[in-house]
Amino acid sequence: MAVTDAARAAPRVAVATTGQRRRIRPARVLLHVFLIGTCVAWLAPLLWAVYTSLRPYAETAERGYVSLPGHLGFSNFTTAWTNADLPRYYLNTLIVAVPGVLLTLLFASFVGFAVSRFSWRFNVALLVVFTAGNLLPQQVIITPLYRMFLLIPLPTWLNDTGTVYDSYWGIIAIHVAFQVGFCSFVLSNYMRTIPHELTEAALVDGASVWRQYWKIVLPLCRPALAALATLEFIFIYNDFFWALVLMQSGDKRPITSALANLEGLYFTDLNLIAAGSLLAAVPTLIVYFTLQRQFVRGLTLGATKG
Amino acid sequence: MAVVRGASPAGTATRRRRRLLTRRDKVALTLMVGIPTLVHVGLVWVPALGSIALSFARWDGIGGLDTIQWIGTLNYRQIFSIYPPFWPAVQHNIIWLAFFVVVPTVFGLFLAVQLDKQLRGSRIYQSILFLPVVLSLAIVGFIWQLIYAPEQGLINNLLGRTEQGNLIDWLGNPKLNIWAVLIAASWRHVGYIMILYLAGLKSLDPTLREAAAIDGANEWQAFRRVVFPALKPINVVIGVITVIESLRAFDIVYVINKGTNGLELLSVLVTNNIIGEASRIGFGSTLAVILLVVSLAFIIPYLVVYFRGSFSREVR
Repeated sequence: MAVTDAARAAPRVAVATTGQRRRIRPARVLLHVFLIGTCVAWLAPLLWAVYTSLRPYAETAERGYVSLPGHLGFSNFTTAWTNADLPRYYLNTLIVAVPGVLLTLLFASFVGFAVSRFSWRFNVALLVVFTAGNLLPQQVIITPLYRMFLLIPLPTWLNDTGTVYDSYWGIIAIHVAFQVGFCSFVLSNYMRTIPHELTEAALVDGASVWRQYWKIVLPLCRPALAALATLEFIFIYNDFFWALVLMQSGDKRPITSALANLEGLYFTDLNLIAAGSLLAAVPTLIVYFTLQRQFVRGLTLGATKG
Repeated sequence: MAVVRGASPAGTATRRRRRLLTRRDKVALTLMVGIPTLVHVGLVWVPALGSIALSFARWDGIGGLDTIQWIGTLNYRQIFSIYPPFWPAVQHNIIWLAFFVVVPTVFGLFLAVQLDKQLRGSRIYQSILFLPVVLSLAIVGFIWQLIYAPEQGLINNLLGRTEQGNLIDWLGNPKLNIWAVLIAASWRHVGYIMILYLAGLKSLDPTLREAAAIDGANEWQAFRRVVFPALKPINVVIGVITVIESLRAFDIVYVINKGTNGLELLSVLVTNNIIGEASRIGFGSTLAVILLVVSLAFIIPYLVVYFRGSFSREVR
């Protein structure tokens, strides 16, 4: 990961631009034309959704969807927002995503710290188990998990059905359990790049293991933690499967999972489907536009080791 | 500080560290490793083993655990012989994988190589091409319904095929819909592949390419003989991601038609056997085990290679 950043600043820029600039001009122009075309094609589905969502149903019914606009407005958005009671689902998502991300990172940094700072016989085995677990398709574990959640009781003040099934606790727990695999893997790689001398000096000075973790290693991991937090927020926000299967009550589901029900009930025409899905996408798009670098770093941290 | 001079520096460090750990430190470390491990193993690997156990059982899930009947390999035999959606689902998963390998991976690599060329505006191109990656596949499914809808969709309207006689039912025709869905899924997947390859390309040693250029290699030769072989670690990662994503595919087909009528996938069949009308726990678990075996066949070799490589280089 550090390699990536270093390479970006490497003197390659200078080499490439001075010598070859004039010769490859036509090819460059062609390349730009191709890339612009591809980008337009890439944006088209989203722009089409935006266009559809801005037009009243009556007008599209009369003129067809592929037609010039007579009236553009946000009425579909307000209808989708109020009829489907979207704020409730955003809140459901927050209830799951905030503790989900925090706990995932806390646990993963524990494991990463222990594995990267102390040599045990089981270090590699532990990381293999964690990483392999994260790579499993969710469906491999869903059947027993569903039965387990039905069997594990929860006091009714924690969940009104009295089981982990159909509760936020269950959804948070499975997110944490699943994602901690990936994050431990990334963080242990990251922490191994922190010089051992730092913690060893602290150890010699009598700092406890917890102090080394909390005061020395964790602050140095801030960049990795920021990247992973962004990535994990998107992952958990975008989860469709866990809440679909492990939650029965439609009105408790986070927004992405809830969309499947909302489509049939409230999003009755394409204009409302467009508005509803765009509204559901807005938080991820905001995160993308504000924290794009973090998101990309998070993704590539896992793939290219430091 | 008295440092014991041992045979190897690493060994000394380990011994010294272990000696300096107090009881409280050991408790702290045990908890730090133990709690996450318990959560992960308990909620991921225990259910995975549970799938294996239940795959030999018949259980409708209504009674308690004592109503489970153990029936040997009957579920497996039935799935392979008389369960109608199984082979179509296998076929669709294979198509999914093959398509993902050929189309988005190659295109993503191509884009990454182009965008790595110190282009003006490269960042903007990257941002746009990468944008769909933040959307969930469920939302991708919704957005593409606006394009594929038979009478009101964008494509048919542009093609002028919206009449009953000549319309193309992109998502309803079981011969077409898997391809339509794959295009929508690729829209999202290309950006992911592109960004991974870009990271890989940026981490390459620039002298590699300079050497190739000095030797008189043209762009394609340099890519084929020098750059692509040097990307091997990232190729392996992308290979594993592609396989896993192909096996996991679920959201988009579930949103479109609940994974029926030409969009059957193994992941959907597993889910149908637990939240569908008939709750067949054993049967669903057997399908899950088949998924498990296929995924582990790719995951294990990958991890063995990865960890052997990274830990042999590392002293500690």
